[in-house]
Amino acid sequence: MYPSDLKYDKEHEWVRLEGDIAIIGISHFAQNQLGEVVYVDLPSEGDSVNAGEAFGEIESVKSVSELYSPADGEIVKVNASLSDAPEVVNEDPYGEGWMIQVKLADPSQIDGLLSAEEYEAFVSEEA
Amino acid sequence: MRHIPVTCEQREAMLRAVGCDAIGDLFTDVPVEVRLERPLDVPGGLGEMELVSHLRGLADANDPASGMVSFAGAGCYDHYVPSIVDHVLRRPEFFTAYTPYQPEVSQGTLQAIYEYQSMICALTGMDVANASMYDGATALAEAAMMACRVTRRRRVVCAGTVHPEWQRTLLTYAEAGTFDVTFVGCEANGTVAMDDGGALAAALGDGDVAAFLVSSPNVLGNLEDLTGAAARAHDAGALLVAAANPLLLGVLEAPGAAGADIVVGEGQPLGIPMSFGGPAFGFFACREAHMRHMPGRLVGRTVDLDGNTAFVLTLSTREQHIRREKATSNICSNQALCALAAATYLCAVGREGLASTARACVAKAHYLRDRLLATGRFSAPWDAPFAHEFTLAYTGDVSAMRESLLERGFLAGVPLALTGSLDATGIDPGLAGSLVVFAVTEKRTRVEMDTFAQEVSSL
Repeated sequence: MYPSDLKYDKEHEWVRLEGDIAIIGISHFAQNQLGEVVYVDLPSEGDSVNAGEAFGEIESVKSVSELYSPADGEIVKVNASLSDAPEVVNEDPYGEGWMIQVKLADPSQIDGLLSAEEYEAFVSEEA
Repeated sequence: MRHIPVTCEQREAMLRAVGCDAIGDLFTDVPVEVRLERPLDVPGGLGEMELVSHLRGLADANDPASGMVSFAGAGCYDHYVPSIVDHVLRRPEFFTAYTPYQPEVSQGTLQAIYEYQSMICALTGMDVANASMYDGATALAEAAMMACRVTRRRRVVCAGTVHPEWQRTLLTYAEAGTFDVTFVGCEANGTVAMDDGGALAAALGDGDVAAFLVSSPNVLGNLEDLTGAAARAHDAGALLVAAANPLLLGVLEAPGAAGADIVVGEGQPLGIPMSFGGPAFGFFACREAHMRHMPGRLVGRTVDLDGNTAFVLTLSTREQHIRREKATSNICSNQALCALAAATYLCAVGREGLASTARACVAKAHYLRDRLLATGRFSAPWDAPFAHEFTLAYTGDVSAMRESLLERGFLAGVPLALTGSLDATGIDPGLAGSLVVFAVTEKRTRVEMDTFAQEVSSL
């Protein structure tokens, strides 16, 4: 449920590092808590994001939540297919359900995030 | 319902919490000139019979437009209201109900709102309409805010030919720091230049404008070039917000077809009496791409567990009762009863009835304009296309003319200067004082118009 090659933050985003590009989505735990996702509001390519600040919103049949960036950088790609198929976030949160790709200002920021093990421990406390 | 007032101590505590010394501090945004600086002068109680007699006396002191031949418009029009409208409105299920949060017990109200929304979409050429707004002016201002959210910009350009009272409302919203407004005035032909390289293109400038706001017909009655406006706005990456008269949409091209992104307007022409200027309602419609940025309530059609059609409030996450700090608007209500009047009106007249009513208004307005010009007392300040309302310049004293025609039972139009500040219109101030706006509805007869023209000739 929490792939070990990913990093996580306490707002329930995951990060996959590919060079200086961070691919960002929300965790299995987050999608499960939200329930059926009906809308994802994402920023535009070229926008900058800052660690700990909201970059978008995710709406489920139950609630609306902010999406927080785990790192600083510039958005180089947005998963546009989520506008037509937001349910992919539920079905494949770590794959097709990715949200943004960020060119990191400082890739070492990712080191400070939680490992899969640490994140799993964190959510088992939350749950 | 029990009313539980606060104690003096509680009031003091609340004032301290928000940093005020006195209740009056909460009203500092209300302009001084409209504040009552003395106690309310309310007389003592009356028995029912005395009260009815007193109210009757007050009512009889008025000269309502319904008792006259009215050519007054400028935002509020003397159309015929079919009697079925009042019969539907007075049903207590509609008349007394408050906002329908609970779909299980409110299917009738929700369906009525849904039907209303669908009709507004059909009229405006838009994909989504909300359950209504307070009035046309606030709908326009809300559209400006929405355009800022969509484009992530914070400046709007407004045609100076939008009704001056709507401009005031827009500026009131702007004062709160929501957005900046600049105006673009009209040319000598009474419309804004929408061509490439014209005044609008210059005003839209360097790509920081969220929307161009325009009204067609404008306050002068003239039809603006919405297709040109859409091209200029879209060239600048801005949205086109078009204000329309919903009754005239029976014959005019839908603003959506001309390229508008948001269509708003005042709903009063659709089955709502003039009532001294209100209440009526505003309508608000947009394209599907932008619907999550739309303000206001929205009713959707769905199916329940058993597959039956059901109506519910939808996309509520835009609204402040779900997310106060992220809501698209602080308006979380609507003018449901007035919107119901409009839906009933539209059902009563039907597609063809609406078109023929609009055609009658337009044809009669053109007839009256020719008759008034033939009197020699009026001149045409421009020759722009118009629908059911037009502006002429009077050769003499405007208020004396209106006074003497009022004595003969005619409401002789609305002096343009009475609509508010004309600073942004671009109209020559030397000309403005002589301009009178005439509106002609389907209620006016040829005899009334001929008699009116004769009375004008005899002045």
